[in-house]
Formats: sequence, C-alpha cells, structure tokens
Amino acid sequence: MGQKPFKWKILPFAGTVMKNLFSDPATTKYPFEPAKFPERMRGHIVIRIDECISCGLCERNCPPRAIKVDRAAGTWAINRFDCIQCGNCTNVCPKKCLEIVPGYTEPGTEKITETFTKSMTERTS
Amino acid sequence: MVKEFSTIPFGPQHPVLPEPVHLDLILDDETVVGAVPNIGFIHRGLEKLVETKDFKEYVYVAERVCGICSFGHGMGYCECLENIMNIEVPRRGNYLRTIWMEMSRVHSHLLWLGLLADALGFESLFMESWKLREQILDMFDATTGGRVIFSVNCVGGVLKDMDQSMLNNILNTVNDMEKEIRPVTETFLNDYTVGTRLHGLGVLTADEAKVMGAVGPMLRASGVSYDARKTGYAAYGELDLEPVIDTDGDSFARCRVRINELFQSFDLIRQAIGKIPEGDISVPVKGNPEGEHFMRIEQPRGEAIYYVKANGTKYIDRFRLRTPTTSNIPPMVELIKGCQLADVALLILTIDPCISCTER
Repeated sequence: MGQKPFKWKILPFAGTVMKNLFSDPATTKYPFEPAKFPERMRGHIVIRIDECISCGLCERNCPPRAIKVDRAAGTWAINRFDCIQCGNCTNVCPKKCLEIVPGYTEPGTEKITETFTKSMTERTS
Repeated sequence: MVKEFSTIPFGPQHPVLPEPVHLDLILDDETVVGAVPNIGFIHRGLEKLVETKDFKEYVYVAERVCGICSFGHGMGYCECLENIMNIEVPRRGNYLRTIWMEMSRVHSHLLWLGLLADALGFESLFMESWKLREQILDMFDATTGGRVIFSVNCVGGVLKDMDQSMLNNILNTVNDMEKEIRPVTETFLNDYTVGTRLHGLGVLTADEAKVMGAVGPMLRASGVSYDARKTGYAAYGELDLEPVIDTDGDSFARCRVRINELFQSFDLIRQAIGKIPEGDISVPVKGNPEGEHFMRIEQPRGEAIYYVKANGTKYIDRFRLRTPTTSNIPPMVELIKGCQLADVALLILTIDPCISCTER
C-alpha cells in the first residue's frame, strides 16, 4: 500500500481535551435539573374528550392502530405503548380536540390502555 | 504442502458494529483471504406493510426503516407518490425538505466520525463528535418535534413550517458548529495516530468502485464524481452543489470526503435558508395514485433507490427500497481481502454500514 506523506501533528486534540476538563459538562444534570422539552416536541397525545364527536377518523388513520373509539359508549381509548407519536390523529381530527404535547409517557411493566369517557350531558346532546 | 486456512466468525455481536452483520473471515495466519457476509438478523418486512396501510399512512412506516436516514426515506417515498400523482410541492416545502435533509447528513456524518474514533479507541474524540451532533438533534427536536423520527413529511409537502426565528436559530447553530467542529476535523485529518490507522488502508480504485457498484462517499472517495443530489429533487436544483471527491480511495479518503461533506452541508443549509421563499408548505392530495415511479435520493450513506407501483386504490402494490449499504457490501468484501484481521472492523466501518436499512 503506497503511503502518502502527510503533515502529522502530535496531540492536536489536547487543547480541546483541556478545555473540556475545565468547563461545565455538556450534559444536563438530570434529575437535579429538569429535562427541557421544546414546544414542538411530540411527546404524548392528549384529548379534550368533551369536544370529541366520536367520528373515528383518528382510529382509522392511526398507523399502529393504538386508538379505539366507541361511539355508543362514548369512549376514546389509547394504548400509549403502541402509540408511535406520529401525530397523524391530530392532523385528521375534524374538531381539533386531539393534541400532541411535550413530555414522555411513563414507563410501565404492562401495556395499559387509557380510556376517556364523555360526560353524560355531552352524550345526550 | 496444502495450506490450511482458519475461519473466524465476525459478528453479528461485535463491539465495533452498531448493527448486526455476520462475516465468516477466512484467514491465512493474520491475513484475511476471504470474507463471506451474511445478513438477515433484523428483517422486519416493512416493504410488505405497504400493501396493508393507506398510502398516506405509510409515510410514517417508511421513515422508520432507519433511524439515521429517516428523513430521506420518508421524503423518497413521498416524492415517488408526488410524481405518480403529478403533485407539485410548493417551493417552500421543497426548501424545508432540503434543510432537514442536509441536517440529517450532518448528524449522520458526525455519528460516523464518532464511531470511527470509537473504533480507533480515541474515546475523547468520539465523545466530542457526538457532543456536536447533539446540537443538530436539538434543532431537529425544536423544528420537527422528534430527535430521530421526524414525521414531518407528507404526500404533497411537509407538515410543519419553520418561522424566521427558527431559521435564524438554525443558521446560528450551523455557523457556531462550523467553528466548533474544526478541532475535531483537524484531529481526524492531521493526527498521527488516526493517520497511521487510516492511510493506505482498503484502497478502492475508481474502476473497482464502478464495477462493484459502490455508492455515496465510498464512490466519491475513489475519485468518481457522482452525487444523486445533482438530479435536482427537492430544492437541490436551485442550489450550488458540486460533489465532494477524493482520489486516494483509501479509508483516509473516505473519512476526508465525509468531513468535507459536513462543510458542504453547512453551506447548503445556509444557501437554502438564504433563498427560502414565502408561501404554502404543502398542497392537498385528492384521489388515489395509479402508476409507477422510480427515483434516486442521495442519503448520507450514499444513493438510495425508491420504487413505488400504485394500482389506483389507497393501497400500494409495491414499494421497493434499495439502500446504500446494500450496494456497498460487495466492495466492502473486496476491501477486506488482503487486510490484517485487526483492520477488518475499521474497514467495515468505513463503508458506514446501516444494516437496519439494508434488511428493512
């Protein structure tokens, strides 16, 4: 293999290493300092259930099928462990009662479905 | 006398490999005389899913093919459908796609530089590369809402706009990064230890690269001036862009090409932010696609090919994705032949393998 001569430097990275040694860490001091989430972060889905018209568009447009809408019972349920936080449901919702907000959902040992039920006044109207 | 060779299995779990690939290395003492690659450990059948998902929904699946090239995969799929359905994406949408695509390239190349430093045992350089990469990931988080999976592409444009303050923020980050990145790139290019490991290792000539179908930085490091961005998809047709090439064809040249591409990406981001027009970011899509389309996209790792065949319903017949690593595996196997066992890990890394993409 033909070795091409090139300008070698000894310890070119030493300056950066010394700088890092005497500067603050690049990472956040979690959990003493809370994690910062940007405004647009796709963390988890929230629903304003009383505005929901149970049209079922979110259910049909959910890629992993994590949402279940029951029009008769007036419920909207989401399996947060299946949800991939793509935000497709918020884009198709005609009433814009679904929203994707910052903040991760908590870890768990089993897949739990979270169910929201409409209040009785909403269901009868 | 009959020579006896020994076979050593390499991978799928190996400290230097970010993803599982298996190689049977045939050794004559410490010299590798042959290598038999074996992939298929993480096949997920994502191409097949296109038959059961609505074509608009599949964008979210397409971008999950790979964590690093996720934006490009989503964009490639959308561009195919837009061509089939004769949809003209608004110019602002195209510029936003270009900015995000170049940010992807920066974060992919910084990831690769970090992995290379790690393979060389240069831990502080590895950490410094990934520290810089965090700034780009933070910009992705602020503009798209995701660090790895962005979910901003849709058929007909993009889903999220960037206001002027976000664009200025990107511009400032890019300008700062360009200064901060210098000590890192200088170390890769001039350090004695890095140089002795990379110089003259795994030379691929231009003819070999062409014959064996190398793509991306691997091809350009061998002196072939080819870059799929020159085909002018998204807003690349309106930006000044010359493929970064190198003539040595060795591992050092591949490193140098990727470093120069980092600076090229910074320049392209600046150009795109300077030229971005006002207006809509997407157009509504009506009806179902019918027809087929084939296109190339320059992913950070090389040229990826997308093919979509639609049948007039909301389900697509076929989506085919040829990823850069698929093309780079044959030249990689050739490079390994003749090298020392200790260099195998480094040579595998210089093609920037993405096995998750390859197996889909």
